Amino acid sequence: MTDKSIISRDNWTLHRKGELDQQRHNEKVREAIKNNLSDIISEESVIMSDGKKITKLPIRTLDEYRFRFNYNKQKHGGQGEGGSRPGDVIHTERDHDGKGGPGAGDAPGVDYYEADVSFDELAEIVFADLVLPNLKEKKKENLQAVSTRFTDVRKAGIYSNIDKKRTILEAIKRNARKGSDKYNIAREDLRFKTWETVYRAESNAVVIAMMDTSGSMGNYEKYIARTFFFWMVKFLRTKYQHVEIVFLAHHTQAKEVSEEEFFTKGESGGTKCSSVYQLALEIIRQRYNPARYNIYPFHFSDGDNLPSDNDTCFELINQILPLCNLFGYGEITSPYYRNSTLISVFERIKRDNLTTVTIKSKKEIYPALKKFFSQKGDSGGQGTI
Amino acid sequence: MDRELFELEKAIDEISKRAKKFGLDFFSMRFELCPADVLYTIGAYGMPTRFTHWSFGKQYFRLKTMYDFNLSRIYELVINSNPCYAFLLEGNSLLQNKLVIAHVYAHCDFFKNNIWFKRTNRDMIETMSVNAARIREYEFLYGQEEVEKTLDGALAIQEHIDFHRLNKKGQQEKGRKSVKPETPYDDIWSIGNNGREEEEIAEAEKFPPSPEKDLIGFIMNHSHCLKDWQREVLAMVRDEMYYFWPQVETKIMNEGWAALWHARILRDMDLNEDEALEFARLHAGILHTSRTGLNPYLLGMKIFEDIEKRWENPPPEEREKFCRPGGEGLAKIFEVRETENDISFLRNYLTRDLVRELDLYLYKKQGQQWKVTDTEWETVRDGIVANLVNGGHPYLLVEDGDYKKSGHLFIRHCHEGVDLDTFYLEKTLPHVYNLWGKTVHLETILEGRSVIFSFDGTKNIRSFKG
Repeated sequence: MTDKSIISRDNWTLHRKGELDQQRHNEKVREAIKNNLSDIISEESVIMSDGKKITKLPIRTLDEYRFRFNYNKQKHGGQGEGGSRPGDVIHTERDHDGKGGPGAGDAPGVDYYEADVSFDELAEIVFADLVLPNLKEKKKENLQAVSTRFTDVRKAGIYSNIDKKRTILEAIKRNARKGSDKYNIAREDLRFKTWETVYRAESNAVVIAMMDTSGSMGNYEKYIARTFFFWMVKFLRTKYQHVEIVFLAHHTQAKEVSEEEFFTKGESGGTKCSSVYQLALEIIRQRYNPARYNIYPFHFSDGDNLPSDNDTCFELINQILPLCNLFGYGEITSPYYRNSTLISVFERIKRDNLTTVTIKSKKEIYPALKKFFSQKGDSGGQGTI
Repeated sequence: MDRELFELEKAIDEISKRAKKFGLDFFSMRFELCPADVLYTIGAYGMPTRFTHWSFGKQYFRLKTMYDFNLSRIYELVINSNPCYAFLLEGNSLLQNKLVIAHVYAHCDFFKNNIWFKRTNRDMIETMSVNAARIREYEFLYGQEEVEKTLDGALAIQEHIDFHRLNKKGQQEKGRKSVKPETPYDDIWSIGNNGREEEEIAEAEKFPPSPEKDLIGFIMNHSHCLKDWQREVLAMVRDEMYYFWPQVETKIMNEGWAALWHARILRDMDLNEDEALEFARLHAGILHTSRTGLNPYLLGMKIFEDIEKRWENPPPEEREKFCRPGGEGLAKIFEVRETENDISFLRNYLTRDLVRELDLYLYKKQGQQWKVTDTEWETVRDGIVANLVNGGHPYLLVEDGDYKKSGHLFIRHCHEGVDLDTFYLEKTLPHVYNLWGKTVHLETILEGRSVIFSFDGTKNIRSFKG
């Protein structure tokens, strides 16, 4: 035979091209996420996710674009099991099930590359640019937690902690040294895992979430506040072991509410912001000793405060500021009204740990986060974005 | 020598003998046993030696994930080359690999004998390896970003070559008149027919002289902005597409031919009971049908079987009408595998009976539902063929390389009933712009209205005509 067939098996271990290009693709996915963060972090699917599930993110820049037909307008060939007739339904698209029709191509105009990005991965990207400003040393003795860690291997110990792998390795070595071909495990081969006690400084943080629930705060404003608090709590959790949140709702009076009430319950009436600052101050004094807690009061409002109340607010804010790490005030303005009075109060205060922002749309949540959690904190950081 | 290789070597020997016996004519084979991730890498790149690009990484990841979750597997991976390389998956059962080997011999026979493959570069593995090395070198010289950007652009228009140019060439040369006067006195011949002459000159000043299908080649030659190395990159991508093109145009035939012969070869072998069962299961898996697509293995195989039947024992009608004596079944399918591509294959041999037997139909989206629209056999056949035209890609022509006398590129989409995906269109034009260096226009039809899409470097504009 002239044309002999040959079979062989090579060593392919260095052949990593696919992996490398896949890494490059991942880099581009992350790049795309980064470029679209403002859109992505306010996506409902992200906010509602339980933080564990893989979140599908809409990314608009990763397709390999080319000239192609509109799949939805094309006739395609298919094969049935016999007796197919015109009008037979092959597939029905449900709204927003994301899977779309057969093959590629969603509705033209919207094209999602469904990147499987875990929440952690996304959070990592979001938090990459965020830092905790004004960190203060808290009293050490209250902040210690004891835990154990297995770090060492010794020749003596409790039998339940025996390190099987190392024991067998020792036995093999010893037998090899002796040159015997019989393998046995002697007492001297035994190895035990041993632990040591680790003292860790534990830090706590509390977020005092305050929101104006007067009639002028609609669902949209609440959604923005909610999104903001969601990311803020996530971020603080990466920095502190325990983050507590206290929800305070107010109109002319303030009260502590559950999370659900906080975001869903609508109230009406006028606005007296001093009420909520008073309540926050009381809660800090009673429950969250600034010596042990890092305190982050954040207040969202549309700024439509009772003018006569502004002086009281000024007093109270000045009392809270020395107690907390960072005081944030977010004003959610809609294009329709702009007669904020509260922000003028904040403008009178010059302190490093006070930051105010104005948010006009969902897209501005991410810049707001960035402004609150940036290292600078220099001039009190007031202003709009 | 390890056992797996030993067993496979035995199998290869048995199978190649049978393949020869059945009349298959193939190049020498080089089988390579490799682990899954390597096989999937090769599958994603189309070639073990191809250049690197993130889109291949994406594809690799997709294939490998499907494999990891046991959703799909690549059964065979064979390269059109001489000698012919094929890759087998480590850890496949012996029978699985036997089936793959038989399948591969048939593919190799197809590569070697089908007329559309006659001009393919059989040393493409080497060529691509050289191309990849060059692109790597460019990355060192000009930076990964720059090279990637050029490749992004080149890959976005890679399908727009003119594969059948080679066949049209003779015709074109004949049709084209020499435009420049050959002697200073040539104009004497045109005295007396002034008007026509001027028309011809106007025609001659067109650039390109006649519409050019080879978009990537045209840009490579006439771009306003590409540097030499970038033209080089375009040339490589274009060459590789010329190499892959016949595979695109013969998918149904090639897979059908391979399915036909792997079945015959395996049925001819001594399989024990377990193996016979496993084979039946695998073979059935390969031939599964889908409500939303055509299985090329099944469709191709059924057509080949039908041709063989009709030429072996022609029905009385065909015997009379076409003077078909019968007994020519095998010879006929070997002839078909040599001379046809998918389009002609379906046009000539997808019969009414087959359409009915296989229950083929066309379907389309209507509202939220995908519904069967046609079952009438000629409509179905022509509908399937229409989707195969130009490899399933829109047919584009460069009409004017100096549009508005300002160097713009004007491309016309030859609309054949299906509108383009405008979202993709507006995302692709910037790539073309990056390659061309000046404003790019594309004329097409949307919902029956003629429209020109333009990209001028900053934004997309649509202008409707009339």
